Amino acid sequence: MENAPHILVESLSVSVGSTPIVSDISFALPRGQVLALIGESGSGKSTTALALMGWCRHGGRIASGTIRVGGMAIDRKSEDELAALRGRYISYIAQSAAAAFNPSRRIMAQVIEPALIHRIMTRQQAEAKAVDLFRALALPDAETIGDRYPHQVSGGQLQRLMAAMALITDPELVILDEPTTALDVTTQVEVLKCFKTALASVDHGRGATAIYVSHDLAVVAQMADRIAVLHKGRLVEEGPAEQILRAPQDAYTQSLVNAPRPVPAAPSAADAAPVLSVQGLTAGYGKVTDGQPAIPVLRDISFDLPAGGTLGIIGESGSGKSTLARVIAGLLPAAQGQVLLDGAPLPPTLEARSLDQFRAVQLVFQNADTALNPAHSVRRILARPLRHYHGLRGAAADRRVAELLDLTRLPADVIDRPVTKLSGGQKQRVNLARALAAEPRILLCDEVTSALDTVVGAAILSLIEDLRRDLGLATVFISHDIHAVASLCEKVLVLYGGTPVELASREAFNGPEHHPYTRLLLDSLPTMDPSWLGATPAPIHRGEKQAGLCPFLPRCDVAIAGICDHQPAPPKTGDGMRWLCHRGPIKHDKESA
Amino acid sequence: MKQFASLWAKAPAANRIAAAFVGFWLLLALAGPWLAPHPVGAFVDEDVFSGLSARFWLGSDYLGRDVLSRLLYGTRYTVVLGLGAALLASLCGTSIALAASLCGGRVDEVISRLMDTLISIPSKILALVLVAACGSSLPLLLLICALTYVPGNFRIARALAMNLAALDFVAAARARGEGKWAIAWHEVLPNMVHPLLADLGLRFVFVVLLLSGLSFLGLGVQPPYADLGSLVRENISGLTEGAPAILAPALAIALLTVGTNLLIDAMKPEGQ
Repeated sequence: MENAPHILVESLSVSVGSTPIVSDISFALPRGQVLALIGESGSGKSTTALALMGWCRHGGRIASGTIRVGGMAIDRKSEDELAALRGRYISYIAQSAAAAFNPSRRIMAQVIEPALIHRIMTRQQAEAKAVDLFRALALPDAETIGDRYPHQVSGGQLQRLMAAMALITDPELVILDEPTTALDVTTQVEVLKCFKTALASVDHGRGATAIYVSHDLAVVAQMADRIAVLHKGRLVEEGPAEQILRAPQDAYTQSLVNAPRPVPAAPSAADAAPVLSVQGLTAGYGKVTDGQPAIPVLRDISFDLPAGGTLGIIGESGSGKSTLARVIAGLLPAAQGQVLLDGAPLPPTLEARSLDQFRAVQLVFQNADTALNPAHSVRRILARPLRHYHGLRGAAADRRVAELLDLTRLPADVIDRPVTKLSGGQKQRVNLARALAAEPRILLCDEVTSALDTVVGAAILSLIEDLRRDLGLATVFISHDIHAVASLCEKVLVLYGGTPVELASREAFNGPEHHPYTRLLLDSLPTMDPSWLGATPAPIHRGEKQAGLCPFLPRCDVAIAGICDHQPAPPKTGDGMRWLCHRGPIKHDKESA
Repeated sequence: MKQFASLWAKAPAANRIAAAFVGFWLLLALAGPWLAPHPVGAFVDEDVFSGLSARFWLGSDYLGRDVLSRLLYGTRYTVVLGLGAALLASLCGTSIALAASLCGGRVDEVISRLMDTLISIPSKILALVLVAACGSSLPLLLLICALTYVPGNFRIARALAMNLAALDFVAAARARGEGKWAIAWHEVLPNMVHPLLADLGLRFVFVVLLLSGLSFLGLGVQPPYADLGSLVRENISGLTEGAPAILAPALAIALLTVGTNLLIDAMKPEGQ
């Protein structure tokens, strides 16, 4: 029995109606190992993972194949029998814990629910076990965290609490569906470390059997014993993680392993007069008193952007990246400081801006699903700014719409389609085309690739880069993708909690010296090396940040006692960089970290 | 016309049935009085609550009048008053709601509290006062019914508009420099149409009920004319014997409202 595979899937096919979603998937997994299912969105990885629970989305059904989990024939179970299995023998960790927790019940009640529903423990036993799991997952205040409500803990903690919920019944199989995709890189390191130790401790130290669904090969490299690569609903390659990462056989896997890095951008005309200049900008929400908003989001931001130049803005979620774009676009008036367009101040509010000022600054929203009106067709969306800014109508507008579609490499026949019928990449192109329709001077790109697959996102980025070069657009890239920013942008601004901690030229940013926070961000990027996770120290947190002192102090591992906790961090300049720290730039050197 | 024909050919069976229903009722409302075999107020049968017969297709009512003729006349009142008032209420309510949600702040506050005031006035008492002051007339009835249902529609439309106004495509339009009304018309309204139509269908049913209530108090459609609701009400004593005089108008109301709601459901926007 020990030698028989714990999980066995043979020629599995799932279809909706007569359309196959995945077909002919086969793999086997011994007890205590982790199998990663990797692929783009739409490759069928989640569908395959859910089929292991006997579950199909969107009216799909398991058309054929056998599924065995620990000797149970999942494909032959009735709906009632499956309900008795789910949460007991097979558990599931979803991408968004925030959406999976009930906001109006305490965390403990929800974590122990699987154990109570399946009547395998008393409430006291379950709660004791939950606290043990909280400890194993390195959650702070393990005894009392269960008394809180989901909104009272951070996103990374909630994701770990969800893992506790999944592990409380000692399941035969744990399915993790993109569990860290929605997290910041720094939080991802923490959560991955906890998942790894917690999974290994399950089943009396033999380790849990798990299916890990992800699109990120570097993350998978840290977690998986075996990797299965899916592409367009088919299994292209399956094998031990080492072999897939080092010597992939299939051409598609090879393209994933050697993922295309964006080509470094061509430099813009140096010393050109800045087209966009931000000076001493402070902004936030709530009532403004003495130039300080009630809830400050951005503090003292300054930068210049020459015509045709590119500026990258990076930072964790909540660092004020998107707020900065909103202030420049006029959606949120600044409390202090100003934004200059060609040397002339832009009015802080929308009402006071002229049509030409609106036209010059165009914001491309992060999420094309919500940024495009679902009631409109592509033609209507693109024709609106043409008429609004340039007074184009009728045939002239139609011609320009066709040009814009061509410019953004969209097929001409999408023109009369409602936006709801477009793919994610197409929507983002329409989103971009709408901004280009204005013929702007400055393009503000707010996380334009975060909702897209790597391959599609890379295509959008190279498109923006081409347009920048051809049209001479000054571009602001707001992104969490540090690799892309580092290669595309001539200048990189690093925000931490709304404070600019580093502003570096591309050469300096790609160099070894950085602000401690930038170094933390760079160190948190997973690599394909399976030993990376073990070698990366867990991020530290101590105390709360204090007004007047360096905002990064609570998380800084090189803080100087007696200085950093007494005086505000001084701004320093040198060698293509400006940074905010008591120390000189810290060498970014992995081995010594 | 050709376009309409091709649309008709493409539409699913359910939509065609719904459209046929509504078309049928509109036709009756238009041509009813010419189709009626007897005058609306004439006592033509010696018997009351008589059953179906060749002379009186739908029998006779509690006074011995021809039910079919009264139904044909009544349809006009119900369709015109009911749909008219419901449309008017939705139009006013939605316009005010769009203004409130886009202006926001104090304007929204004042409008919302005014609507709360309006909703707290009992509709029948208001109708009584207005009819007593101005005398019963069809335009006044239309206005009363519309006024009664404006706040309800306002509440729903405002909630929809508030949610839509927080979405990125509205922010994108604002960042583009669009005016308030352009945003309301181009961005917000197209996404509200379907739920508002569903609301319209419900309001229509409520107006029919309000009208029959008013008629019962002698404030509504004046005898010898009667709307469908009043027909049910005046023949209520025939309920125990299952007279067609009460079943026919009740069935007519049901078919009219079901038809309207079917059509509204059939108009679901593409891709949603």
